[in-house]
Parts: sequence; C-alpha cells; structure tokens
Amino acid sequence: MEALKQLGQYTLLLYQALRSVTEFSTYRENLFNEFVKIGYQSIPIIMLVGVFTGAVLTLQTAYQLDTDLYPAYIVGSIVAQSVIIELAAVISGLVLAGKVGARISTELGTMRVSEQIDALESMGFNSVAFLVLPRIFAGVLMFPVLYIIASSLGIIGGVIAGAADGILPAAEFMKGARSFFFPEDVVFGILKSFVFGFVITSISCFKGYYAYGGAEGVGNATTQATVLSCIYVLLADFVLAALLL
Amino acid sequence: MIEIKNLTKSFGKNLIWKDVSFRIEDGETLAVIGKSGCGKSVLLKHLNALLYPDSGQVIIDGNNVFDLNYSELRLMRQRFGILFQGGALFDSINTFENIAFPLRYFTKATEAEIKEKVEEALEMVNLEEAGSKATSELSGGMRKRVGLARAIVLKPEYLLYDEPTSGLDPQTSDEINELIVSMADSLDITSIVITHDMHSVLSIAEKVAFLDSQKLSWFGSIDEMKNSEHPPLVEFTTASEYKIKV
Repeated sequence: MEALKQLGQYTLLLYQALRSVTEFSTYRENLFNEFVKIGYQSIPIIMLVGVFTGAVLTLQTAYQLDTDLYPAYIVGSIVAQSVIIELAAVISGLVLAGKVGARISTELGTMRVSEQIDALESMGFNSVAFLVLPRIFAGVLMFPVLYIIASSLGIIGGVIAGAADGILPAAEFMKGARSFFFPEDVVFGILKSFVFGFVITSISCFKGYYAYGGAEGVGNATTQATVLSCIYVLLADFVLAALLL
Repeated sequence: MIEIKNLTKSFGKNLIWKDVSFRIEDGETLAVIGKSGCGKSVLLKHLNALLYPDSGQVIIDGNNVFDLNYSELRLMRQRFGILFQGGALFDSINTFENIAFPLRYFTKATEAEIKEKVEEALEMVNLEEAGSKATSELSGGMRKRVGLARAIVLKPEYLLYDEPTSGLDPQTSDEINELIVSMADSLDITSIVITHDMHSVLSIAEKVAFLDSQKLSWFGSIDEMKNSEHPPLVEFTTASEYKIKV
C-alpha cells in the first residue's frame, strides 16, 4: 500500500514537472547551475571510472584468454564492446547515483525540512518548476555526455594497460576495437545513460522533495534515493538490454 | 476578510482538529494559541493552501482557496506573506538576494528599484547593514527579521507569522513583537500570529483563537480572554507567565 502511494506521488510529481516545462524563466538559471553541478563537476570522477574500468577489464580479459586459440587483438574487441555497450553506462550510473543522487536528495530534503520549499510555494512560486525540473533536465542531458567521456576513456585505459603490461600493443588493441565496432552500440549506450539520468535525478528529486522529519528524515531520504537509484539503474539496464539487444 | 468554515484535518489516523470555524476581519491581528503539537502551524498552512484539509473551507473574498486551480492559487498566495518559524531563508543566496527574490520573479522592477525596495524592507525590520551578509552569519533574531523583510517586500494583504518569538531571548522577542505591531499599523495588514508565548499575545493581538482537545476551544477578543473563565483557556494562560502581567 505504501509502495503504491509512493508510486502515485512520484507520478504526480513528474506530471507536475512536465506541466511546468513551459515556465522556462522559472528554471532557466537553475538549469545552467545544474549543468555545471551534474555535468562539469562529475567529469573528474567519470574520467577515473572510465580509465580504471577499461584498464582492469583489459588485464582480466587477457588473463582469461591466455591461450593461443585467439589472436591478441580480440582483447581490444572485448574490452571496447563491453565498455561501450555496458560498463561505461552502468558503472557511471552507479557512481553518479551516489554523487549526483545523494546531492540532489540532500539539497531538496534540507530545503523541505527547513521550510524553504514551503516559502517558495507561499510566495506563489512553482517549486517543482524551480527545483525539480532543472535537475531532471540536466541529468537527462548531461549523463549521455558523461557516458561518452567514460567510454572513450575506458578504451584509452584499456590501450594504456594493455601496452604497459605487455599484453598487446596499442595498435593491436585498436585493431580489435575497430573490427567489432558498431555505431548502434554507441547509440544504445547513449540511450541507456539517458534513461539512467532520468531514473537517478527523478528518484532523488522525489525523495528529497517529500522528505520529512528533520536531519534524520533527510538522511533517510538520501539513503533511499541512493539505494533506489542503484536498483532502478540495474533494472533499467536489464530491461533495455532485453528489449534492444 | 478570511473566513474559516468547519475545517477538519488529520494525518493518517491522527486527528489534528475538527470543525474549526472562525473569521478574521481586514486589518485585525489574530493570535492562534495552544499547546505545542495542537496543530497551530498546520492551521496556518491551510490559510494559503500549503496544506489541504480533510474537509472544510477557507474563504478569501468569496473564494474557497481549496477550489482554486494551481494558477489561481499562485496568484492568491502572492497576497500573503509568511514568516516561517526558522525564517526559511534560502541558504544559497545572501540576505539581500533573499529579500529581492520575490521582486525578481514577480515584478518587472529594475535593479535600482529592487535595491530601493530591499533597502526599504531592511530598514523596516531595523537591519539596514545586513544586506551583504550570508544567511549563515545571521543570528536567530536576525533570520526572523530578514524572513519578515522578505515577507513584506511585495506588500501583502495578509501576513502570517509562525512562532515569531520562539527560541529568542526576551529582549529580541520584544523587538519582534514591536515589529509585528508596527507592520500591522504602517502597512494596514491583516495579521495572523501562531504562538504559545502569552507575552507576545498580549503585546500584539486584538483577537485570540485557542486550539485545544482537537478543536477550536475558544475564540474572542483579547479583553474577553483576560476575563474568560473557560477552564482549558484559564489552565493554559495560568501555566504561562501572563497572569502575572495582568
């Protein structure tokens, strides 16, 4: 029953956000702020995630394929495809559920329990347009950009690890990466990150916007936002893979 | 005039109050008193539909606020100013910008006009020098004053105060009480003050609504309150220091 109530509240919040799309002047400034916070300020962690994912995957793939049955460049194919189709989007999604999702739910939760959201509404302000919409918009638009950075650096990480560990030269790695490269895989990865951006920001906004009960309530909202975002990122990943691959 | 008719509110199975009805005439200052947790702030948030009741009406100029669509409601809310318990200042912007916030979004005022109006509001709450301060640098009393400056900057018709003196020392409480009286006089505003501070009630109110036992237990003028023998009201007021004063 509680889950149904939450689903109803979540749907209503999204509906209200959708209805507020035309109020651009209300959320314009916050939208650009969120582009910076969600996009620009996430680049360092996403670069780390990308490089290390590619590097570790290269070492592990080489370890598992340590046989003469396959040419060495196949390591490049496996790493590049895995990074593009799955790992760059999912691992970035999980990391951003923590970084972006926790920030959003804490910010909005604190504004809720300190009556700042009530203050906005009491002035006649559309608080959903002002607070929720720009965060969801920025998430949906910035996550694909972060995905592209993560997947590009994943391949670079793989190249570096392969060459540094003497597994395969960079040219061989890239030969493998190119030989099984399909542009639709990138489109699939972008689509996934677009969905993850929506899932993480909308759940975090919802949990923060309806937080209650002081500091403990904000803590609970943040925990729930992060955990639920991770769960729904994984669920969405499965559903998209089942539908589109 | 604000008319409250048969307002009933519960949270889940927890009844807050039932069938609350009273009227506030234009220009009056009403104090809503009662024990902590009796639903005073909840009542306040019904006046501009920040909360919705289980049943009942709040009628302003002939319109039930709960029947308004969101656009109409937003226009109606602009007729109210609210001073929240903790000030509810936006902590991402400084004092000046907090007060300028409604002006920027709801008026076409130029920067010079905004500056003039913000300074005027700050002067009214005796905080002329505080404009450049971050909200984190403000004391409890200053936060309430800045909240009040923000609430009056659009010249509302109704000013709602949620526990304006709670957590303040007696001297600062007196200053806030004086401000409430001066706002009502100088701006000809209808004021509704939620409080359990009887000293404050005696300083500012013309009428009193007493919430107790999940209902409006008593309603009348300040003089009637002083002479009332209504047992729960007498018990509540006796428990405070106010009997000493009168």
